[in-house]
Amino acid sequence: MSVLAALELVGLLRRQRLISLVPLAAIVVLLPLSFSSAYYYRVAALVFIFAIAALGLNLLMGFAGQVSLGHGGFMGIGAYAVAIGPAHLGIPPLFSFVLGAILSALVAFAVGRPILRLKGHYLAVATLGFGVLLAIVFTNEANWTGGPDGMAVRGPTLMNWPLRSAATWYWISAVSFLVGAALARNLVDSPTGRALRAIHDSEIAARVLGVDVAQKKLMIFVVSAVYTSVAGSYFALINGYITPDVSGFLRSIELVAMVVLGGMGSVVGSLVGSAVLVILPQALTLFHDYEHIMLGLIVMSVMVFLRRGIVPTLAAVFGQRWAR
Amino acid sequence: MGITMAEFLQFFFSGLTVGAIYALVAIGFTLIYNASDVINFAQGEFVMLGGMITVFLGYAGLPLPLAAVIAVPVTAAIGFALYRFAIAAAREATAVTLIIITIGASIFIRGAAEIAFDKRFHSLPPLFGSNPIRVGGATILPQSLVVLGGALIILVLLWAFIDRTLFGKAVIAISANRTAARLVGIDTRMIVGVCFALAAGIGAVAGILVTPITLTSYNIGTLLALKGFAAAMLGGIGSATGAVVGGVLLGLFEALAAGYISASYKDAVAFVVIVAVLIAMPQGLLGKAKIERV
Repeated sequence: MSVLAALELVGLLRRQRLISLVPLAAIVVLLPLSFSSAYYYRVAALVFIFAIAALGLNLLMGFAGQVSLGHGGFMGIGAYAVAIGPAHLGIPPLFSFVLGAILSALVAFAVGRPILRLKGHYLAVATLGFGVLLAIVFTNEANWTGGPDGMAVRGPTLMNWPLRSAATWYWISAVSFLVGAALARNLVDSPTGRALRAIHDSEIAARVLGVDVAQKKLMIFVVSAVYTSVAGSYFALINGYITPDVSGFLRSIELVAMVVLGGMGSVVGSLVGSAVLVILPQALTLFHDYEHIMLGLIVMSVMVFLRRGIVPTLAAVFGQRWAR
Repeated sequence: MGITMAEFLQFFFSGLTVGAIYALVAIGFTLIYNASDVINFAQGEFVMLGGMITVFLGYAGLPLPLAAVIAVPVTAAIGFALYRFAIAAAREATAVTLIIITIGASIFIRGAAEIAFDKRFHSLPPLFGSNPIRVGGATILPQSLVVLGGALIILVLLWAFIDRTLFGKAVIAISANRTAARLVGIDTRMIVGVCFALAAGIGAVAGILVTPITLTSYNIGTLLALKGFAAAMLGGIGSATGAVVGGVLLGLFEALAAGYISASYKDAVAFVVIVAVLIAMPQGLLGKAKIERV
């Protein structure tokens, strides 16, 4: 009976093309067995939080082929929404979190329409300008944001149960990542996903085939903004404190680096890229002064030797299909 | 109090000085982009290296002119090494991968500078003293004139080098079609490497010229790379004239915005203008429209 149910579940997952997420889910469940302190939970939670943002950006970059150097801006909107909402407007944290995601979607919708007509490096500089702009606003509107020194973020409660501990955040972020990955897979395999890949290969060819290029690009831009905004909110909540750095140019660059390091167009790659860039600086603090030199060297070497990104290159070597 | 001429001139001078530096960074971007299709985010680090190497050779007891003369080729060699050991090693990689490599390189160079030098701000003495010159009610520092003159000389030399020498013709051939250039016997790797060295050298000179005005430290590169990139895109990537126009305009926007609107929002104003220009002119001010082949 239960065997039958299990088989049915496997069949369902297979039909929904989600079977490849099962190993990821297993990792999420088994990983804490190796954690010896709250510190591990915290770092792992950060890995999943940045993986959510990288996944959103990967949908835009890896599947639709549109570069954004301004996604830090959306992280900022999500982060400041959960900070400002409860502190200044009396909006409960959970509601602020949803509002932040909606606000990010609206901003992406408004900004994306004109900006996404640009191509390649021009799109890169326009999105960069957008991200820098938001960071400047967060820095200067000190009455609302606390300025460059940042502001405290009130911890949320779920039915009188405070969401404080690192372990709680591990589960929240990991499950959110899995849900996000499932949605992303679904989107990629939908007609919209195929249209996006057609745009990636050639915009003109896609248009000739009847794809509404502008509308599809805008849609994926909005979706990726929401992913990044959610990650920004989590980041603010787990830290309990937020500064404009959350949305700066370096943050945007870091997100792009995660996508490219892990592998463009790979869901697992987003997680791997995030893991590398979150864990590496933690590990490299052992090297004190040599931290940055090592980080730069590792980023360069990975890109030189695994130029398609870690996951796709390794997948090609081992002939695996799990990497998509 | 209305807008006085003296006030405007003052903002104009400071904008022009900063704009000249942005133009030199942007021309470095353009040179490397034309030769190799790489957007080099380490370009700002060359500006930092030029200033910092000169400062620290000076601390070591070398006369400053000699220190400056050494700093430029050393930085150029670092630029060549960046191409040889990172960019050339990853050939056939996609544009975004190459960008991440240059970002890795910029983190690496900054990290190395942090160890080799220190984390403090440093300055150099201005070439012709610091008595401001009065022009139409406004003042201009002699060093600003040095920056403007130096930028002009570099641009003329670079133009002559690209336009009048066999080497320059090879660069133009490579930017038109790399495979065809290789087929007619051009050593593309060497030429592109030299372009990286040239761009690095130009950055170093810019760094030395501007250090007396803006000071320098190990981490000034990121912001300069960002501004230089924006300037190059504003002018239209690949266009040398565009890079200069874009750089100067960006400097002027910033200075005027800081003066008339808000000092803390000057970068914001600059980027709003850039985004607006790009939306109206998607190829930048002087860039050529690219036709996509299907």
